Amino acid sequence: MGIKIKSQQDWWAGLMFIGFGLFFITFALGTPEFIDRIVGTKLIAGYQMGSSVRMGPAYFPVVLGGLLAFLGLLVLFDSIVEEGPDVAKFHFRPLLFVAVSSLAFAYLLKPLGLVLASVALVFISAFGGHEFKLKEVAIMSVVLVIFSVLVFVKALALPFPICPGFIDNCPIR
Amino acid sequence: MEGIFGNLALGFIEVFKLQVITLGGMTMTLPFNIIMCLIGVILGTLIGVLPGIGPVATIAMLLPVTFNLAPIAALIMLAGIYYGAQYGGSTTAILVNLPGESSSVVTCLDGYQMARRGRAGPALATAAIGSFFAGCVATLVVAMFAPPLAEVALKFGPAEYFSLMVLGLVAAVVLAHGSVIKAICMVILGLLLGLVGTDVNSGVLRFAFGISEMADGIGFVTVAMGMFGICEIIANLEQKEHREVFTSKVGRLMPSKQDFKRMIAPILRGTALGSALGILPGGGALLASFGAYTLEKKVSKYSHEFGKGAIEGVAAPESANNAGAQTSFIPLLTLGIPSNAVMALMIGAMMIQGIAPGPQVMTERPQLFWGMIASMWVGNLMLVVLNLPLIGMWIKLLTVPYRYLYPSILLFMAIGVFSISNQPFDCFLMAIFGLLGYVCVKLGCEPAPMILGFILGPLMEENLRRAMLLSRGDPFVFVSPSKPISLGFLIAAAILLAIIAAPALRKKREAVFVEEK
Repeated sequence: MGIKIKSQQDWWAGLMFIGFGLFFITFALGTPEFIDRIVGTKLIAGYQMGSSVRMGPAYFPVVLGGLLAFLGLLVLFDSIVEEGPDVAKFHFRPLLFVAVSSLAFAYLLKPLGLVLASVALVFISAFGGHEFKLKEVAIMSVVLVIFSVLVFVKALALPFPICPGFIDNCPIR
Repeated sequence: MEGIFGNLALGFIEVFKLQVITLGGMTMTLPFNIIMCLIGVILGTLIGVLPGIGPVATIAMLLPVTFNLAPIAALIMLAGIYYGAQYGGSTTAILVNLPGESSSVVTCLDGYQMARRGRAGPALATAAIGSFFAGCVATLVVAMFAPPLAEVALKFGPAEYFSLMVLGLVAAVVLAHGSVIKAICMVILGLLLGLVGTDVNSGVLRFAFGISEMADGIGFVTVAMGMFGICEIIANLEQKEHREVFTSKVGRLMPSKQDFKRMIAPILRGTALGSALGILPGGGALLASFGAYTLEKKVSKYSHEFGKGAIEGVAAPESANNAGAQTSFIPLLTLGIPSNAVMALMIGAMMIQGIAPGPQVMTERPQLFWGMIASMWVGNLMLVVLNLPLIGMWIKLLTVPYRYLYPSILLFMAIGVFSISNQPFDCFLMAIFGLLGYVCVKLGCEPAPMILGFILGPLMEENLRRAMLLSRGDPFVFVSPSKPISLGFLIAAAILLAIIAAPALRKKREAVFVEEK
């Protein structure tokens, strides 16, 4: 007897919710004893459950996690009973470039300063769009750098370095 | 009544107060609060006009910046962004047939048709007039209803708070699109994510996985920026850019005498309905505009013109969304409970300033409370000026292509998130939540209920624990006759859930959301 998935969207959503529910339960309660015995060491310690009068740190997460996993099962059940939409197509190009550009900014800001980090963000994120015109992107990054230095560092006094740390006498301060 | 005017006067004095400000090394005496209000409404109109960036992302972006401001100036500005966006959103809806904000979706239906018939000017004017009237009335409503509600709220114990939050979360589920179960799942996921960090009762670090940056929990701004900001940018980049702007002829702005006659009743009805729906937990501008359009279509004698450019179809929802945007501050200011994602951000803003949101704000900080209310009225006046004579400027903005916009938005978001703790880790988390948000949208799960759950998670756990401790572990404390308020909230929540679960209504609800698309 084969089970046919009628709604791909609900199928994956259900799995996701069950996964999250079990994840929180496992980390709140710790790994079950039989698994620890197989591995030979306590994998995840877990927190105290407490009682309903004095709830420990594990109480609320376990209840919620259980509820989430249960509802996830319902969604999963729904997906083989009721027709539903397919999962819409993933577009990896914008996803990748947008995510990478914000990471690049974050990890370059301290070593290289606001100017270079901003330029990196603008250039990398521009690759995620439909068209990339070098001249436009260059002008945009210059405008944005000037704006953010003036507004965020000069006016709002955010403690960001402007220039790379290894240049001793930077022209802009 | 007299008390209200006295309080409002206090508020206006606060709004127009001259302050000594040091900015970039210069010291000046300025009416600073009013300037912040102006900045807020200009920003609000701007992001309202631009499709692809909403008030949630903007307020989240500016939250870290408000750290350096006085509490009242910060809150006045952030509030201005929210109701300013309601004005700006209608401009895009009327001229481009694209909702600048989700709450102006229904304005597209008749507003765009009016524009196509060369009546863009009167449509824009109607939207502005309706919004202004609604704004004025809603300000009075807030001033009248907030004090008695706060008094009731002062008597709330942990059981009442817990039940109220349950009601709020259920309301958020009702408002979500698509499957009810999935929306409930998103709420619970939000609650769970909200528990990450140090447990206040036991001091135990929960779900931090040895990452020291997670000891204080996941920042709300980080989650909101990822789930809304990053996710929205990616979703926008998926689509080919396509916009048809009706800029050629806005035409005469002034509506005709007959237009005025026809808009009065819809504006009054829209304002009343919007104010009422805004107060409900889970309500706000979006629900208000939908409700008002549906109501108007039923009662208007011009109902056959709806969808073909009826002025009522612009006047009613535009009044309602502005009224709803303002009255949704009532649960925040009196109970300390956010009714939607924007209000959740306002709570974040108050906490940054060291103010615990709740009924005590009104008595302990009357200047802040009444100043904020007075600023709403002033802000609405500014918005009329900004939106009618200066409409040409906003229209020009519509022609800016998205490929210029999104790197700027992304940069400001990254700067904002980085500055929260001055660590790259928050930007990393933002990217992760952007990814999660994108996956959720693809799987038909809306992020908005999750955000509400996220902010309420720790509050709910805290109140549940206290209520259970006080009742010695009796779970029936929430529904016992000795706590009628708590019982009432839970009954309301149960009725709401029953209503949306009922098959007949489920079909109707789906139909409403289909019409929206």
